Amino acid sequence: MKAPTIRNPFAAQPLPEQPDIEAAALRSDRFRLEREGDWRRLEQIVRRLERGFAFRLSDEDIMDLPVLYRQAASSLAVARETSLDAATLRFLEDLVQRAWYQVYGPRSGLLRWLGGFFRGGWSRAVRAIWLDILLAFAAMAAGVAAGWVLVARNVEWYFALVPGSMADARVPGASRAQLAETLAIADGAGGLSAFAAQLFYNNASVCILAFALGFAFGVPTLLLLIYNMALLGAMAWLYNSVGLLPDFLAWLSVHGTTELTAILLAGAAGVHVGRRMAFPGDASILSATAEAGRRAALVMLGCVFMLIFAAILEAFPRQLAGPEARAIIGAFMAIAWTALFVLVGRERKGASAP
Amino acid sequence: MSAARKSLDAKRQRQIVTPEGVPLGVTLATRGSRLIALILDYVIMFVGLFLIALALLLVGINLGQLDALGTGAGEFLVVVFFIVLFLAFNGYFIFFEMGPRGATLGKRAVGIRVAARPQGQSGERLTAEAIIARNLLRQIEIFLPLTFFSTAGEAGSGPAWLVGSLWFAVFMLFPFFNRDALRAGDVVAGTWVVEAPRRKLAEALSLRQESAPAAEAAYRFGPEELEVYGEYELQSLERVLRDGDDETLAAVHAAIVRKIGWQAGSGDERAFLESFYTALRAKLEGDMRFGKRKADKHAEVDRGGPPLR
Repeated sequence: MKAPTIRNPFAAQPLPEQPDIEAAALRSDRFRLEREGDWRRLEQIVRRLERGFAFRLSDEDIMDLPVLYRQAASSLAVARETSLDAATLRFLEDLVQRAWYQVYGPRSGLLRWLGGFFRGGWSRAVRAIWLDILLAFAAMAAGVAAGWVLVARNVEWYFALVPGSMADARVPGASRAQLAETLAIADGAGGLSAFAAQLFYNNASVCILAFALGFAFGVPTLLLLIYNMALLGAMAWLYNSVGLLPDFLAWLSVHGTTELTAILLAGAAGVHVGRRMAFPGDASILSATAEAGRRAALVMLGCVFMLIFAAILEAFPRQLAGPEARAIIGAFMAIAWTALFVLVGRERKGASAP
Repeated sequence: MSAARKSLDAKRQRQIVTPEGVPLGVTLATRGSRLIALILDYVIMFVGLFLIALALLLVGINLGQLDALGTGAGEFLVVVFFIVLFLAFNGYFIFFEMGPRGATLGKRAVGIRVAARPQGQSGERLTAEAIIARNLLRQIEIFLPLTFFSTAGEAGSGPAWLVGSLWFAVFMLFPFFNRDALRAGDVVAGTWVVEAPRRKLAEALSLRQESAPAAEAAYRFGPEELEVYGEYELQSLERVLRDGDDETLAAVHAAIVRKIGWQAGSGDERAFLESFYTALRAKLEGDMRFGKRKADKHAEVDRGGPPLR
């Protein structure tokens, strides 16, 4: 009776015994036998990489991966012309493909990639879509102006633009005191963090929506920007009508400079995709869209982080700090974001692009 | 039926060229398998979130009542919960598809993965940006119509459910209206979903005889006997030998013997077929080296034409 042994399911399988190369009758079999060891080694390395055990690979294995991959690729090219062993051919096809995914896969994990992203990848992507940022900005400015002018001409417009749930006490005809109340400093931070998280969830969804709507040639994105900004314009008119405009702007600017920048960038990313779809230039529509989509995705990811930041600002300083402090925080954030996008990640003159 | 299936399979074949210049065949994933993968992923996420909520409940935290508590700790947990929610719905796909297998858990289960769609000819590197882009688009494909549905009950929302279903239908049916079965996110990111290769190296048939002494009995075939078949028959024979079904072996044996005009008894079909396989392969591979290929038994020998692949 055999003694029971515990098998380690993760242990490396021993390589099967090699038949004698010289004994093989067919030339294609000798070709296979001579290289089979390398193929199996490559398969083992690739399997470990696929399972996420990259840290268990020896340095030697990592160094050899590209070499083994190229050898297998050239073996495949030769085998296609000289061998009719379907099993070998299919195996090689699969092996080369799997190795190709590993050798030409994403270069780093999520965390390392994020590091590079914040140290310049994001800023470069933002600078690359400057034209679309201008377009989105024009749409937003037009939205504010439209909201203001519409409400100034006919107050009924206010109720059409501002949804009831947001209006609260902020309605035309409210007294100056009532409006000032909505801008007042809250007496504690109670309930604010949950409010911030909800706001973040809502704003992030709106931003992603603005980007994703770019898919329809960017037009819905621009409409969305105009509509949202019209709401802002209407509110600005309301506060101006009672002489509270500076306080309103300060109240808004705390988080607004961050949040509006994020919405601006998200809209610009959407417009970028839509514009490249409509005017792909020399490239095919599909490849132009893909290129624009990847660039826009970078901008978008940054927007999500900006929104987390905006939500924190929205919940705490906006409700707790006085008008001057609010305006200062808002202006500071505006300058900080601008500096980030303009200055970070520039290639030094003379240095070659990575 | 099988012919129709074959032509469907052939429709899913695509070719990419690696930077080394080796063409590789990839098979697009079927739309059905992608749908199953998507459903699996959502089941995994919802079950995961449910388990988290349940675990919190077990240690005495009821998420539904945290807001009412009004304490700092409760609020903190609500914040954490919202962030987890956001990460689960957006980060799950991105994290897994950026991993070495390029597939979420659901995709792994059905054996498919995300790959970069070649722009032009050559295969490209799958980048992190592409994965982020294709997953951000899920927001309009799935979550936006859901928000339409959620407002459907409210007064004055009108035909919101109709808009929601239409929207949903447009994006769900998107993969049926292009050749590569791309969804909107794939178009924007420049990716496609393919079957993940995973095949083991099978033992070489032509090497078996040396190790098996029973096969020593020598069958010798002349050129005119090997002339009758081509590569297609060789591959069918290989398949039959690997399956190793005795009845099929006998039938194939009878067919070959009749075709080459031999008189042979029964009982040694396997050894006969293995030697015939080796001899036929030797002959066809020998011809290949001189640039002559024969696709099947009906084909004239193709001299120096373009290779079959």
